[in-house]
Amino acid sequence: MTKYNYTYADFKNDQQVKWCPGCGDHAMLNAVQRALPDVAEALDLPREKFVFVSGIGCSSRFIYYMRTFGFHTIHGRAAAVATGIKTARPDLSVWVCTGDGDSLAIGGNHFIHAIRRNIDLNLVLFNNEIYGLTKGQYSPTTKLGKVTKTSPYGTIEQPFNPGELVIGAKGSFFARTIDADVALSKELLVAAAQHKGMSVVEALVNCVIFNNRTHADFAADKATRAERTIHLRHGEKMLFGANLDKGLIFEDMQLKVVTIGEGGYTIDDVLTHDAHRRDTTLHTMLAAMRYPDYPVAVGIIRDVEEPTYEAKVEEQIAEVTSHSSIHSVSDLLHSGDTWEVR
Amino acid sequence: MKQQLHDVVIRFSGDSGDGMQLTGTLFSETSALAGNDISTFPDYPAEIRAPQGTVAGVSGFQVHFGSGRITSPGDYCDVLVAMNPAALKANRKWLKTDATVILDADSVTADNLTKAEFSSDDPIAELGLDGYNIVMPHITSLTRTALAEQAGMDRKSIDKCKNMFALGIILYMYNCSTEHGHQFLDKKFGKKAPALAEANRLVLDGGYNYAANNHLFANTYFVAPAPQKSGTYRSINGNVATAWGFIAASERSGRPLFCGSYPITPATVILEELAKHKSLGVKSVQAEDEIAGICTAIGAAYGGSLAITTTSGPGLSLKSEALGLAVMAELPLVVVDVQRGGPSTGLPTKTEQSDLLQALHGRNGECPLVVLAAASPGDCFDKAYLAAKIALEHMTPVVLLTDGFIANGSEPWRIPDIADYAAITPPIVESAEGDFMPYKRDERLVRGWALPGTAGLEHRIGGLEKHALRGTISYDPDNHAEMVRLRAEKVRRVADYLPELQVEGDAEGDLLVVSWGGTYGHVTAAVEGARERGASIAHCHISALNPLPHGLGEILARYRHVVVCELNEGQLAYHLRQQFPSITFNQYNKCEGQPFTTSELLDHFMLYTNR
Repeated sequence: MTKYNYTYADFKNDQQVKWCPGCGDHAMLNAVQRALPDVAEALDLPREKFVFVSGIGCSSRFIYYMRTFGFHTIHGRAAAVATGIKTARPDLSVWVCTGDGDSLAIGGNHFIHAIRRNIDLNLVLFNNEIYGLTKGQYSPTTKLGKVTKTSPYGTIEQPFNPGELVIGAKGSFFARTIDADVALSKELLVAAAQHKGMSVVEALVNCVIFNNRTHADFAADKATRAERTIHLRHGEKMLFGANLDKGLIFEDMQLKVVTIGEGGYTIDDVLTHDAHRRDTTLHTMLAAMRYPDYPVAVGIIRDVEEPTYEAKVEEQIAEVTSHSSIHSVSDLLHSGDTWEVR
Repeated sequence: MKQQLHDVVIRFSGDSGDGMQLTGTLFSETSALAGNDISTFPDYPAEIRAPQGTVAGVSGFQVHFGSGRITSPGDYCDVLVAMNPAALKANRKWLKTDATVILDADSVTADNLTKAEFSSDDPIAELGLDGYNIVMPHITSLTRTALAEQAGMDRKSIDKCKNMFALGIILYMYNCSTEHGHQFLDKKFGKKAPALAEANRLVLDGGYNYAANNHLFANTYFVAPAPQKSGTYRSINGNVATAWGFIAASERSGRPLFCGSYPITPATVILEELAKHKSLGVKSVQAEDEIAGICTAIGAAYGGSLAITTTSGPGLSLKSEALGLAVMAELPLVVVDVQRGGPSTGLPTKTEQSDLLQALHGRNGECPLVVLAAASPGDCFDKAYLAAKIALEHMTPVVLLTDGFIANGSEPWRIPDIADYAAITPPIVESAEGDFMPYKRDERLVRGWALPGTAGLEHRIGGLEKHALRGTISYDPDNHAEMVRLRAEKVRRVADYLPELQVEGDAEGDLLVVSWGGTYGHVTAAVEGARERGASIAHCHISALNPLPHGLGEILARYRHVVVCELNEGQLAYHLRQQFPSITFNQYNKCEGQPFTTSELLDHFMLYTNR
């Protein structure tokens, strides 16, 4: 029995979507609008309790296309604004739509500190490895050596891997999806929304104009994805391949790809994914896997229960209130040393 | 002999680790509790423990107390307490000609004289103090003697108590009770370190009794209580008053208080104070940087809080872009700038008024907002309340300017009844009627505050130019022109709701002194002094810098001369020239990181008068 009976249409509005045809952001908008009816039921929240916050960049236009409360802020600051909203209003479901430039360059500080605080935001990181809205400059996730308008001879900067950054900051939830896989995106977004604490979903999105096919090596189509990505699920063996004949094992202090039945490896050697493990070592290794050495990990890589910032704020208020003698401004003004003049 | 005095200025000074701020504060509170009017001025270096014994490391605390109205901490001191030669050297210029100097005799060592860069072994003669009343008790060794039988105290801990010996001497000199000092020490150390409380009490009494038994002074003095309006009083500094003003506005408006801030001198105490008061529902976030401070506040404002962020000049620079967002989104927000000497890092612990133009204009685009300034420690409460009221009722950011002088300075404050303050009614949209228009305005041009969680009000706003009613993105040229005009006119109309502008002194005449912000006390004292000398003079203190209050133009025109006094190079004068081109604005400016002295102002004012 459902309470709200929303459909994805309830989260669409009448604004014309102005992303380029073929942009990966369209698919993510679709996935979010399909996830929210499930989220509304799961969290028992009506539509007016949803707030979408964004910074600057192509993906930050997202909020204009949602029929929810929306706040398009300034470059890099969405996580900080969202932190204020969630702290002031823990009753709201607060989402952040942001890009690799917005959150990993100009907003890097707010990004890592929101993660460190474990405030219950759902942050969707649209990673197209390029600055799109300013027309094609390299970003903090652009592959080393890539020729862009501001790196005409190739970039000389090591890119960030967002997953390593999130897990390095002791993030409690990190998942990765691919724009074209709307079903996977929807599944991860619903899980992220239900996670209590900061969740980061990295969406590998394609920029058809300025960085076309940047994820195509492993994400181009379903057949490629089966062989070159691995969908991690908590409690399940780390298997991939069209026939699920390949797996990840841990050997010589590193992850290794093996084929079941070859080289003496059996299914028993294959690792079982534990997303709830507190220790970050294996999660970091999984997030760091890059094609072609490894399959790229998608799914929920880390999902750990930690106290949330906004809950601790409320707890402290309740705790202090219970033993304080100051319950009004008048109490406050008369507290401490005072004297009478007659 | 006990001699009665009208008012007295005492300056406590020593190394930054000598506890001079505490000593000064304790004396001020004692004096306030005895019914004196007081004004204080903590003057300390930016370094926490600057090199010991050097002039650069001297920390001072000046208190002015009296039996009449005290509006400034006084220019020159009647008594200087110097815990070492460096403190004596640093404060030499602040001595009245008949001042008493109390110098710790034990501190006059070759080492300390070298550190303070004296060229002889006689600091008194070298500084030309021979005619002064010099008292040199052996404070350090007397403190050690007093604590000789205290078990478990090492030399370092014992020496830390010597500030209490100095306090004891001063309390005796002015016939003040040691009771408040005792109570304070019990409260501060009592539970955790009863032995330390006991040691400090012993030294405090030791100083008091030593002064009494050794007839340290020919006379002792007595300052009668000041005639004050009846009521309950307390001592308050500007930063605490600012914090409390917001808490009061939160209670009266029914909007929970949120503060997002990053620590910065001299504003940090506001955040610290708000962090204490969780029992009043205050939420404070210590943000990762200044930008996050204002951005979390903007988020909280979006969510329906009375949201503030507190900072000083460099932090205001960092907040500029986000302030523009708050102007564009038309959200209520108060930014407190506790001004300090600039530019850049400047003089973190020193006072200045040089952020006025930044507050008025320091943003990209046509970006008007309300700018208010507080005049005194106690006025910080009223102006914080007013800033919150304007922000909440007019849906606009407000910058509240205070400064290091009034933020750290304290004065007796008559505790107000919050019910006497004007109600605060934010324009919250309760429900949607048909198609919700987030930028529809009322007669004040104020838009509604549509809070997330209200069904039917779902809407999108942001930093892009927006349609004048729907709030959706609009690049239309006429719409942009209209929105620029509306944002400016909305702020202009705030003037209709400001308190009436007051003039103290003659209704017309030779000279009108114009001031703003934390210089109020010094300027008031100087104008009063000029009136006593028969000058035709008046004082107009401006609390609203944007929009300027109604009636200012008429007031300015009633005097032959106008002089604008500010602790900057003429920022208000510049602002006023734009508004009132027909008036000639003379300037009196100071950029030394120090407040005005009443005497320099008085001398200057007399140049304009006929007498």
